[in-house]
Amino acid sequence: MRITVDPVTRIEGHLRIDCEVEDGAVSDAWSSGQMWRGIELILKGRDPRDAWVFAQRICGVCTTVHAIVSVRAIENALDLEVPLNAQYIRNLIIGAHSVHDHIVHFYQLSALDWVDIVSALDADPREAARLAQSLSDWHRNSEHEFAQVQGRLKAFVDSGQLGVFGSGYWGHPAMKLPPEVNLMAAVHYMQALDYQRRANTIVAILGSKTPHIQNLAVGGVANPINPDSQSTLTLERLSRVKATIDELGDFVTKVYLVDVAAIGALYADWTQYGAGVTNYLSVPDMPLDTRGSEFALPGGYITGGDPATLKPITSYHDAYFEDGVQESVKHAWYTGDQGALHPYQGETNPGYNGFNDDGKYSWVKAPTFYGERAQVGPLANVLAMVAAGHEPTTRYLNQALNLAGQVAGAEIPLAALHSTIGRHAARAVRCAVLYETMADQWTRLMNNIASGDYATFNRPMFPRGEIRGVGFHEAPRGVLSHWAVIRNGRLANYQAVVPSTWNAGPRDDNDAPGPYEASLVGNPVADPTKPLEVIRTVHSFDPCLACAIHMVDTEQQEIVRVKAL
Amino acid sequence: MTGRGRDDGRDRGGAEAPAAGRPSIPTDDEAWSPGSATRPILVLGVGNILLSDEGIGVRAVEAFQAGYQVPDTVEVLDGGTAGMDLLDVLAGRSHVIIVDAIRSERPPGSIVRLRGEAVPALFRTRISPHQLGLSEVLAALKLIDAEPAHLSLIGIVPEDLSTTLELSPRLAAAVPTLAAMIAEELAGFGFPVAWTDTEPGAPPAPRA
Repeated sequence: MRITVDPVTRIEGHLRIDCEVEDGAVSDAWSSGQMWRGIELILKGRDPRDAWVFAQRICGVCTTVHAIVSVRAIENALDLEVPLNAQYIRNLIIGAHSVHDHIVHFYQLSALDWVDIVSALDADPREAARLAQSLSDWHRNSEHEFAQVQGRLKAFVDSGQLGVFGSGYWGHPAMKLPPEVNLMAAVHYMQALDYQRRANTIVAILGSKTPHIQNLAVGGVANPINPDSQSTLTLERLSRVKATIDELGDFVTKVYLVDVAAIGALYADWTQYGAGVTNYLSVPDMPLDTRGSEFALPGGYITGGDPATLKPITSYHDAYFEDGVQESVKHAWYTGDQGALHPYQGETNPGYNGFNDDGKYSWVKAPTFYGERAQVGPLANVLAMVAAGHEPTTRYLNQALNLAGQVAGAEIPLAALHSTIGRHAARAVRCAVLYETMADQWTRLMNNIASGDYATFNRPMFPRGEIRGVGFHEAPRGVLSHWAVIRNGRLANYQAVVPSTWNAGPRDDNDAPGPYEASLVGNPVADPTKPLEVIRTVHSFDPCLACAIHMVDTEQQEIVRVKAL
Repeated sequence: MTGRGRDDGRDRGGAEAPAAGRPSIPTDDEAWSPGSATRPILVLGVGNILLSDEGIGVRAVEAFQAGYQVPDTVEVLDGGTAGMDLLDVLAGRSHVIIVDAIRSERPPGSIVRLRGEAVPALFRTRISPHQLGLSEVLAALKLIDAEPAHLSLIGIVPEDLSTTLELSPRLAAAVPTLAAMIAEELAGFGFPVAWTDTEPGAPPAPRA
């Protein structure tokens, strides 16, 4: 039986998943991006200093990350150093953006795959609050707040206006949480709406504006630092940033990490599904020096799911990363089948010819790292950081695994992370690590300003002739890289290899499936007309194809259209 | 290139702007206050400027900002194609006017104006081509009791969605009309705005 889920994302759209289902499990899968991306065409011929302004329009969700990576790519091509203040300010912005994104992903975009909101109405708020208090000392786990939220949810459900809850699979046999756990998660869902906003205000303060930050420049940032001036980055504003970081830290460590561990433990069977491609690629981030040769957060390449194989990526000029990336269009709707191409040579010539299982079926290209498919995202990053001996990552990961083990009544091994639920756990762990790193970056910024260094910008100078550079960032969904070829001070080629390209890409030149496709094989499907299990695994990657490809057409009348043939 | 961080006086990060007439938002002890909406009225242009007419909402609010004397009570914002990022931007406003491209059977250039409950209903049925997040954001605003008291949408049917920064000639010609409709809508809310231009009806000057 063939099932098609289109679009599969709760909010972002644009992704279609096809599955063959045999005997209640997926036997084969196809991941298809349904829209075409054309940023390269807009950027060719432009001033490289302006590229980030356009690049941040690639995606509505991750404007910030594309802006940052774009300036990094141009700086890399120029071998231009970035003042320390600028690095710290950028690090705080990308940290806040990631924390925002991870919280939204778990609560607003995927929790409803696991949490039954309608069942939460049956919970005893006192029991639910007591359960929550037994797991965490979070100050907003009160019976009063639990009862209040339950009342509000009931009013919503009674009014028939389910809104964001309208597309859930309530009462699906794969929903297994007791009503009290459902209510606990629902309360935290509401609180998450508040805390993700707080994360965004850090982006707004330092970036001058959201959703499109305005403070970037090739060579640094445009935030003048002058402790005596009211119009610049004042101590008052910086204090607010710090207070917000601390509030976020409380929510992430006492709520998000705890919920993921507890809910994950109650769905322990889901550590058996969804591993897929277990080569993991991540890049180091949060540079601590002006050149990008020292980082707060490690990254690298792990093969075959074994952290001991970690090959670290150590600088912005690391040829191991720059040389390893290729993109195949054998199964993507582009012309020019001359084998996989390096992004500097990348071409973007559309050639749509219909959905063919064995031929072309997606607008997303298929990237490889030294010829192999690689999974990207928080799981890849957490595994690399643990393998590199990063202390905060190891500590938060152990905390999550221990708590999950207590709830499940069994020890949970590291290998459980290679799974659908493992991707959620890793994202929560990374979110906690990001909070700590942000606090550290804030201290470094304050100390550096106190030392009398107010520099935020180094002027770029463009040589005649051709130069090329790559900028990378460990974005919320994984490795994001922009590749720029600059000729006589103008962009001659520009390619964005985005996280969802790595994960959602179709089969490659060797017909090897991409991470989404591989992770779905073996997934149970209890009811093909309600393929909640398929959606769980795809959502665990935090799919967002708004940047992997771009819109041409969506006449969808429903949030999720499921077609069982 | 240091001048990138253009200060147009609409910096949302500032703590100094008074929260004039700001409606109440969540009542919890940790209710959100700093950094959020400091002006009660929001004019929000949405769309992707990389895809020609898809970005008409953004172009229209830019023209409005350039062509009219926008009062202090009104914030004009380019929302791009952001989804949940807009929750903080939208929360706690008294009036919100969204300008957007819409999908419709009507010919390109047709303009519609909707108010109240018809606006979230529009986004739910996805007549708007890219409104991935707005329906969910509006529902989330309801959940946290921070929805605007008055919500309007000014929509126009796009002609060209190809990858270019230029609008189609038909929609470029409609930009002054859309800007005037924003002004009308504000006047209808009781907040009249005047032209910046000396000659009424002249196309708004391009933004510096």
